[in-house]
Amino acid sequence: MNTRIPIFRTASLVLGFAFLYIPILSLVVYSFNKSRLVTVWGGFSTQWYGRLFQNEQILDAAWLSLKIAATTATGATILGTLAGLTLARFGAFKGRALLSGMTTAPLVMPEVITGLSLLLLFVALEQLIGWPQGRGQTTIVIAHITLTMAYVTVIVQSRLSTLDDSLEEAAMDLGARPAKIFFVITLPIIAPALISGWLLAFTISLDDLVITSFVSGPGSSTLPMVIFSKVRLGVSPDINALASIMVLIVTIGVVLAGVMLSRQEKRRQKDMALAAGTSTK
Amino acid sequence: MIAPKPLRADSPRSERSSPGTQLLLRYLQSLPPYRWTQSRLVKWGLTGRSAAVAVPYFWLLLFFLVPFLIVLKIAFSDTQIAMPPYQPLFQWAGEKVLTIKLNLGNFLFLVEDNLYWKAYLNSVKVAAISTVLCLLIGYPMAYAIARADATRRNMLLMMVILPFWTSFLLRVYAWIGLLKTNGLINNFLMWVGVIDQPIVMLQTDFAIYVGIVYSYLPFMILPLYSNLEKLDLTLLEAAADLGCRPFKAFLKVTLPLSKPGIYAGSMLVFIPAVGEFVIPSLLGAPESLMIGKVLWTEFFSNRDWPVASAVAIALLTLLVIPIGFLMHLQNEEARAARR
Repeated sequence: MNTRIPIFRTASLVLGFAFLYIPILSLVVYSFNKSRLVTVWGGFSTQWYGRLFQNEQILDAAWLSLKIAATTATGATILGTLAGLTLARFGAFKGRALLSGMTTAPLVMPEVITGLSLLLLFVALEQLIGWPQGRGQTTIVIAHITLTMAYVTVIVQSRLSTLDDSLEEAAMDLGARPAKIFFVITLPIIAPALISGWLLAFTISLDDLVITSFVSGPGSSTLPMVIFSKVRLGVSPDINALASIMVLIVTIGVVLAGVMLSRQEKRRQKDMALAAGTSTK
Repeated sequence: MIAPKPLRADSPRSERSSPGTQLLLRYLQSLPPYRWTQSRLVKWGLTGRSAAVAVPYFWLLLFFLVPFLIVLKIAFSDTQIAMPPYQPLFQWAGEKVLTIKLNLGNFLFLVEDNLYWKAYLNSVKVAAISTVLCLLIGYPMAYAIARADATRRNMLLMMVILPFWTSFLLRVYAWIGLLKTNGLINNFLMWVGVIDQPIVMLQTDFAIYVGIVYSYLPFMILPLYSNLEKLDLTLLEAAADLGCRPFKAFLKVTLPLSKPGIYAGSMLVFIPAVGEFVIPSLLGAPESLMIGKVLWTEFFSNRDWPVASAVAIALLTLLVIPIGFLMHLQNEEARAARR
């Protein structure tokens, strides 16, 4: 083979990953900067981390965001699993195309549109039936579930479509009811997909600015909203400190999840090989 | 042959729950109210299966589809200074006469005011150029990952996805520090001696391109990778056997076969980039016109909900074709996977 091409490939990977990671690295490095000027190195210091943990506004917003993200991820996982199951296993039914469209569209819809339309819905609902009263945590959670369940649906659906349904069919032949099949067989098999779906919904909810700004009310400023209003005024080192903490948590979480999932996948493959071996004997 | 055991009655699974619960459950199920309710529910088509369909369906109808109808409605209504700041579209005038006041003024306003046209065209231009840049950077990366050793592939993929898990807002913020006039890039270039004076990069269109390409690159790489990974390598071997040079084989075989991946990735970048708000407002010039920013300003600063709705409807009409195209691509792929 021509040796020019592997060099080209390696170069494109190195440059591409440099482009992806240098900005994040610069954030982390400059969070330890003594100087207030973010881009001038003034010596090593952890003072911005101390400042961060004294900033009540940021701490409150972070707590609110975490609560919203956990609720959202749970709701989105339940709804998204149902939708994914429906799309992958129930064959053709009336309105399938609409459901599949409604689960794909939020993935790409510009957030300004989704945010504006949800806000107008909440206002109209409040006029009609008096619920939801005002805007705040509830409306943010509803909006985030609508946005993130699409991701869970896609993950669950693709997981289910790569599995053949012979196990489920076998259970059905043995007389198990559909609900029992779902809880005893399908759910354990797709559990890894549910975990990654939950984590993805959690991160997206934790990070969303645009939709949240539309549907949140007075007194419910989430972390991204606080960050955005600070960042608009310019760069500030305590935001760097916050970013570094978040990068650290995400890296640990993703690496742990990756190790866990790959271990589980290996065990599953071993089981499958074992099962195949015994059945051919 | 031995007759098969009646599995339903004494399958080991049913012995797991305690006999007491089993008895109680049997008893409850034999009661007339239970059976009546069950038969009714089944008659109305309300089985567990239809509930599984109905719950997400209802949720998406209520919180995704209906809101668009409301946006459409409000785009046609008049502004008024109140809360909410628009006039009702339907009004009962006198008895049993429903008047519908359709106000096309908001749309006329959009058409007549140059600002909106410029914002639209500029958004499409920025999104299109960013999509091409994403493709130019993402294609070689996706190709390299797809051709890497199977053991290394997963790690490389995880490295592509990892930035996507860290906060989007903070990743855009990172570029402010890099692109500023006294930022890292300028400092570095001046230290090396390539330039004498700092280049103005922040608050330009260049910064917006960098921000969009940076944020949406994973969306380009992933569909391209999943397409390139499936490519039948024997086709390339055949091309090589017939004397085709690697680069020509790439142009004649790999590139045409990866078209679905290119289209899907491009749509995943282009559609959200058109309505992008965070990147132009943090990295772009204050006067830079992007339609997402215009909508935001109309809504939050001018408090003009009807015009904001009209902008949203116009943006949606613009995006209907690419969104439809993306769905068509995904259906094709699903069909191919089922075969």
